[in-house]
Amino acid sequence: MTQRLFRAPAPEATVLVSGAHLLDPRGDLDGPGDVLIRAGVIAEIGAPGGLTAPPEAERVNGTGRHLLPAFFDPHVHLRAPGQEHKEDVETGTRAAAAGGFCGVVAMPNTDPPLDSAPLLLALRETARRDARVPVGFMPCISRGMEGEQLTDMVELREAGALGFTDDGRPVVSSGLMRKALQYQRLCGGVLALHEEDPALSAGGSMHEGEVSARLGIGGIPSISESTMIARDAALAAYEGGRIHIQHVSAWESVTAVAAAKAAGTQITAEASPHHLLLTDEDVRELDTRRKMNPPLRTERDRQAVIDALRSGVIDCIATDHAPHHRDDKDVPFEQAAFGTTGLETAFSSLYTELVLPGVLGLARLVQALSEGARVLDLTVPRIEVGAAANCCLIDLQASWQVGEAGYESRAENSAFAGSTVSGRVLLTLADGIVAYRERAFALTAA
Amino acid sequence: MKNLLSINDLDRPAIERIVQRAASFAEVSDREIKKVPALRGRLVVNLFYEASTRTRSSFELAAKRLSADVLNFAASGSSVEKGESLRDTVATLSAYGPDALVVRSPDVGAAALVAGWTQAAVINAGDGTHEHPTQALLDVYTLLQRLGSLEDRTIWIVGDVLHSRVARSNVLAFTKLGARVTVCGPPTLIPRGIESLGCTVRYDLDDLREADVVYALRMQNERMRSAFVPSLREYAAGYQIGARRLTPRQLLMHPGPVNRGVELASDVVDSAQALITTQVQAGVVVRMAVLYELLAGTRSGPGAHGDRSLTSTEPQLA
Repeated sequence: MTQRLFRAPAPEATVLVSGAHLLDPRGDLDGPGDVLIRAGVIAEIGAPGGLTAPPEAERVNGTGRHLLPAFFDPHVHLRAPGQEHKEDVETGTRAAAAGGFCGVVAMPNTDPPLDSAPLLLALRETARRDARVPVGFMPCISRGMEGEQLTDMVELREAGALGFTDDGRPVVSSGLMRKALQYQRLCGGVLALHEEDPALSAGGSMHEGEVSARLGIGGIPSISESTMIARDAALAAYEGGRIHIQHVSAWESVTAVAAAKAAGTQITAEASPHHLLLTDEDVRELDTRRKMNPPLRTERDRQAVIDALRSGVIDCIATDHAPHHRDDKDVPFEQAAFGTTGLETAFSSLYTELVLPGVLGLARLVQALSEGARVLDLTVPRIEVGAAANCCLIDLQASWQVGEAGYESRAENSAFAGSTVSGRVLLTLADGIVAYRERAFALTAA
Repeated sequence: MKNLLSINDLDRPAIERIVQRAASFAEVSDREIKKVPALRGRLVVNLFYEASTRTRSSFELAAKRLSADVLNFAASGSSVEKGESLRDTVATLSAYGPDALVVRSPDVGAAALVAGWTQAAVINAGDGTHEHPTQALLDVYTLLQRLGSLEDRTIWIVGDVLHSRVARSNVLAFTKLGARVTVCGPPTLIPRGIESLGCTVRYDLDDLREADVVYALRMQNERMRSAFVPSLREYAAGYQIGARRLTPRQLLMHPGPVNRGVELASDVVDSAQALITTQVQAGVVVRMAVLYELLAGTRSGPGAHGDRSLTSTEPQLA
């Protein structure tokens, strides 16, 4: 089977986590217990205090903490090659590990765009050298991301492509979209779609609505997203293809995805933490860290996306981690680059704003944060004997201020900067290796 | 108040205070020596990233009538053309120790950004399609001189509201002073959600007669190329303000420059009910009042050598 995730070599972990609250939403695990990881694999699960560590094991006191399946992000920007001043494979995967993620999928809107097998092979080597957690790659649907000609999809799949996307741009031509769906029959792999009709969104920098009207800023209407989802769902149904809708932001889009699912179309969808937590009201002060595409929309849209996440119309959470250099954000709003970072804040911000107030169950949040692996036909992180160790230890009580100690990411453009959140990742195991240890925790554990 | 970035920075008493002070400065403009020493030694920098005739020249004249020094910085012919960022340009100009930066930019929020980067008072002289607060103040001044009060007056703003910073600032200012404001234009040029500013929306001029004041907006040719309206002819047929659409009691305003034969017919531009040149005159005294409001009584900037004892809130008339 073709390998599709790549990471730097690291020693396989042997760790005993004792007394943590174990929670695996896909199993019936929800209570205190011990987990012994031996040589990177979950070897035993037992009652609290019931397991003994082999002499070589690291002992981690999990009392008062939660051990969860680690998260998987199907949508991040690592900026390599070409934009390493914003982020690179090492800093991006460090940020992922610090956020509790055991895997991420890098988008191809790099410089040059990831649109050929030789480039993909080079990136695999970069990941094998620098990646702290396994990284998968999604090359472009169209050559040069120009929306005119398909990439060599079969060759790219053989070289390890997880799927295909022109993320950052829509596939404007319905003819090209149809051809990509036809080629999908040969090579498989999900087509992940940034849905936007540029004829409706051109010149826009934020959601079209009352706030944009007041500010005089060009709007990106909800229908620029929802009409393209409806189009692509129709194309996918016609060709029997499979599509994944990225960063659903509007209630009309939720309706379009739900309708396609009800009709039996092979369609999945993701939502980003910022669309689940923020609205266009949060852009009133023109904070460029809150400029993203698709834009933050209204409270009605936000509630619809939350409802869709609860009901399963939206399958998974994806951060759309989009690091930018200060120079790209320290400019007037309309000139600023689109995007917010997200890997280091995803769990904590969602736990604080959705789980603590009772809007979303912890189990569903944890499940949605790793469901992206299933969407991409990858092994889903589990806490069960025999599984590779993909888990994270979190102190739900610990609160911290976003940005107070800087970021693991090279970028600082977090839409949540300055907010106080609960839930701190203390330890992340990814593919059997220790990918992250919170510094203070590492000291006290020693 | 340190900066004037939006009409929302001003409450009704502040607007009325500025208007009253502008009226007292109007007396100065009638004198043989049209200068007062109120801001002697202060430095006002005009930072203009967009072409402007009346706004820039009236700010310059206003500052000079208050005896301030003026530095004009236009983006063309400057290091901006060599790629200098707004932030770096502001840092450079701030090194001269200006007391006020007057900022005109094609970017929404530019003046607010600048305010975060400098010690100087910042005046928004137009930021993209967002706001143009001093234009709104001079329009308020012009109307108050003529009508005494805006309470329960009906004002129609007609034309390209979508791209108009003047419309946004004026809706805010007129409603703060008790007027009822209607914005009117083709649906392609009325932004969705504009009602949230506190105005009514109409798509035709059928009830224009209810207006005490008709405020026509400039139709920009570049909007034609983007096909916001089918043709200038079609636009003029539906929305041009001419003598046949106005009644003699209605006042007509326009922020200039006028496209004769597009948004306004020539017959009304030159009529007695048009306040267009009065607005231009008001520009100078209102901008004097704004500069005075922000600078008089504040500590002088590091580069200035001015009258530090001036703390009175009344203009020092020479």
